[in-house]
Amino acid sequence: MAANFPTQEEQVQGGIGATEPGHDHAHHDEHHEQSFLQKYVFSTDHKVIAKQFLITGIFWALIGGTLSSLFRLQLGWPESTLEWLTPFLGKWIEAGKLNPEFYLALVTMHGTIMVFFVLTAGLSGTFSNFLIPLQIGARDMASGFMNMLSYWFFFASSIVMFSSLFIETGPAAAGWTIYPPLSALPQAIAGSGAGQTLWLVSMALFIISQLLGGVNYITTVINLRTQGMSMSKLPLTIWAFFLTAILGLLAFPVLFSATLLLIFDRSFGTSFFLSDIYIAGQALPNTGGSPILFQHLFWFLGHPEVYIVIMPAMGMVSEILATNARKPIFGYRAMIGSLIGISLLSFIVWAHHMFVTGMNPFLGSVFMFLTLIIAVPSAVKVFNWIATLWRGNIRFTTAMLFSIGFVSLFIAGGLTGIILGNAALDIQLHNTYFVVAHFHLVMGSSAFFGLWAGVYHWFPKMFGRMMDEKLGYIHFWLTFIGVYMVFLPMHYVGIAGFPRRYYAWTGFDTFSQFADLNKFISIAAIIAFFGQFIFIFNFFYSIFRGRRATENPWNSTTLEWTTPIVPGHGNWPGDIPAVHRWPYDYSKPGAEEDFIPQNVPYSQTQSSNLPYEKEME
Amino acid sequence: MTTLSIILVLALLLVVFGLLFRLQILTAIFSGSSNRQVGVSNRINAILFLAFLVIGGGLFAWSFVDNYDKMNPPIASIHGLATEKMFWTTMVILGIAFVLTQVLLFWYSYKYQHNDKRRAFFFPHNNKIEVIWTVIPAIVMAALVFAGWKEWSRIMGPAPKDAVVLELMGKQFNWLLRYPGRDQKLGVVNYRLIDASNEFGFDLSDKNGLDDFTAGEVHVPKGHPVLLRIRSRDVLHAVYMPNFRVQMYAVPGMPTKFWFTPTKTTDEMRAQTGNPNFNYELACNQVCGRGHFAMKMSIIVDEPDDYVNWYAQQKSFSEQNPDVLASFKQKSDKLVEKATVAPAAAAVVIPTAAKASL
Repeated sequence: MAANFPTQEEQVQGGIGATEPGHDHAHHDEHHEQSFLQKYVFSTDHKVIAKQFLITGIFWALIGGTLSSLFRLQLGWPESTLEWLTPFLGKWIEAGKLNPEFYLALVTMHGTIMVFFVLTAGLSGTFSNFLIPLQIGARDMASGFMNMLSYWFFFASSIVMFSSLFIETGPAAAGWTIYPPLSALPQAIAGSGAGQTLWLVSMALFIISQLLGGVNYITTVINLRTQGMSMSKLPLTIWAFFLTAILGLLAFPVLFSATLLLIFDRSFGTSFFLSDIYIAGQALPNTGGSPILFQHLFWFLGHPEVYIVIMPAMGMVSEILATNARKPIFGYRAMIGSLIGISLLSFIVWAHHMFVTGMNPFLGSVFMFLTLIIAVPSAVKVFNWIATLWRGNIRFTTAMLFSIGFVSLFIAGGLTGIILGNAALDIQLHNTYFVVAHFHLVMGSSAFFGLWAGVYHWFPKMFGRMMDEKLGYIHFWLTFIGVYMVFLPMHYVGIAGFPRRYYAWTGFDTFSQFADLNKFISIAAIIAFFGQFIFIFNFFYSIFRGRRATENPWNSTTLEWTTPIVPGHGNWPGDIPAVHRWPYDYSKPGAEEDFIPQNVPYSQTQSSNLPYEKEME
Repeated sequence: MTTLSIILVLALLLVVFGLLFRLQILTAIFSGSSNRQVGVSNRINAILFLAFLVIGGGLFAWSFVDNYDKMNPPIASIHGLATEKMFWTTMVILGIAFVLTQVLLFWYSYKYQHNDKRRAFFFPHNNKIEVIWTVIPAIVMAALVFAGWKEWSRIMGPAPKDAVVLELMGKQFNWLLRYPGRDQKLGVVNYRLIDASNEFGFDLSDKNGLDDFTAGEVHVPKGHPVLLRIRSRDVLHAVYMPNFRVQMYAVPGMPTKFWFTPTKTTDEMRAQTGNPNFNYELACNQVCGRGHFAMKMSIIVDEPDDYVNWYAQQKSFSEQNPDVLASFKQKSDKLVEKATVAPAAAAVVIPTAAKASL
């Protein structure tokens, strides 16, 4: 594939960011006609791979959402019969009741699917792939083949994970964090049999996919920037994807080692995580292992993972807010600085998930300190987003609505992180619904809002058509209100101490209040879930029947909007444009239009150049 | 029949929605609004944001106040009162930040909605402002960290020497509980000795264990420090006592601990809550399998005198299970014989003993 792709080689030979404009690309059109299989299935084109990630992500989001609706039925109406679900769930409905182990499996798979398959692969897989080459001015990723492998490893991982939903002993059920010994011992829970094995295999494949993708993103950003595209002229999206890929590259291998050791413990009789266990009438021979070790390994990935999920959303939201407020993003350098700060800190806060696991309390103190520091760059980002809106001239495109929604949810969810990061307060709140509410707002819903914002914003470039705005508005308002109705009351339940992953709370007097509130949450969640079908309809309908897009429908400044309406293989039919300015020249005083694209040289904008830009004319 | 009619109604609804959707597109095309960059919907969305702020904020405030009593389970431990205060103080600080940022976000969205006559203000950065809003959160965080660290160190510090000791052991799916008996020393337990009659895995060749007794519910004295020793014999569990603000994992192979001082007896709490059936409860808060949600044990806080009486009445495990004791007698006899032959065998017991005494 790479062979019929001449510009790629030239770029690489050209060295760092040195694609010379004026190169002759006339031979570019001589491509052989690609077969359907090459073009849409085993494609090495980053744009097609991005769409593959996106559509697979949408599929997974539907599954993940369906699972959550199922367990919300159980939590909202613990006493009622679920007999009517028997056609779907078969033997998991026992005498009209949901099987408690299957309930745990639902919770586990919901978490796994949403965190990894939707918000990691679906989000950064889609947009890193789609936007990195387009926004830095490259013809494709550094290695199109590896990029293709990245998707197909993800696909294989998806098949394995999906198949685990249908096996007799049920899918993995030890929580998405798969803490051993529960995840190691089929005697402890049926899901820890074949289901957990498939989970681990799937995750190993997934990690390979992430690493192949990540190496590619990093290499591409470092090596294939077009002429003039210095790191300080990169759109914030690219900074976010770049740092996300670095986080993934450093963190995912640790999860890989954790899964590998767990596989050893499960299948080959080692004792990395197992010790002193008597289960099912039998004392196991394992001694000397530590379940806490697994948690350290898991969260060494797990915490950077939440930033892997949220940073691409942050980048896209920054871009969309600036574009639609028709204003430069406020504090561009501070935004990059805070992303770097978050990236660094994200590696040294993992043990705040483990304050009450019996870990040395001194370690708890250190991690509390580091955790609360990370609030500072996050706060800076929020203030800068709000400052970007200040005195803007805001167009409420659907993407803009979701971006504003993102900021709102990120604030609401982020603030409670300050409570949970405080070890003394975490004693009470650990593993309660307060945690559930916190992370669903700050990384779940926010990242989803980033994802939607991205889809609505870049849809025209992906498919050459516009999504329907009215349906988009309905989708946004339904979802925005729905998310708040679900997760704000959930904090109350959490403050009252309701433990998470409980099949029912009816056994405890302490957790007897709030039956109504739980019903309310369930209703809101299920309505919000059904609201997503509006999006799905809009998405697929617009691919084929949407209004035709123009080249640059949002009057945006970044390079992807200088490509044809539907960019072909190689992205720009002629030369790759050179870059002269930063990506946020919106509403510059003196300029004719309220935006100046990055590829417009200063010599053409003498009326609007700032004093220090005069030299560059 | 009902299923069929429901499906029919849903299908009809979908058709109606589809028609409405087409109609909406057509009107947009005819009115020309589909070609405008910014139309009426811009204004509507701006107003909706403001409405969301006002109505949503109002509903949030109302529901919060309405549920405030329910979300505050009564507290009955010294450190619980302290962390509770810290929690709500932090919440107030966060609440201010929340209201401030959300109001600005939605107000700006409304106020700076698109206007053809206006141009956005080119304002790329301002170092002074950025330094200010970096430093202020940093200072607030520093204060919160300091307060949290002080409280955390106090809670996690060593238990007072005179603390009452008891040991909880998590298993699928209930709690086991033992007290050290008259000698105030917990005996050695060993997971390899567990069977149906010896669920704790008592090693009764250890003299300290002879007077240990098990119990079906936790009894602790009011106003006296209590040290929980925590272990698990199968998977992870977590000791969670919401009323005492106590939580600590039960980890197989790694005993953990937590100490606290109860401040109100069960009777006092019954009077305070007006609920004659009130009971302090111990829950499991780390997913452990099928019965996770039902892993409950009651906790009774007694007046110190009552506690002493209760304690004195308990019969030791060895007394109640003479068979188990007898089996150890036999073993130890054998061990003595062996020990004379191979002294190394006795040394095996020592690491386990060291573990049990932490």
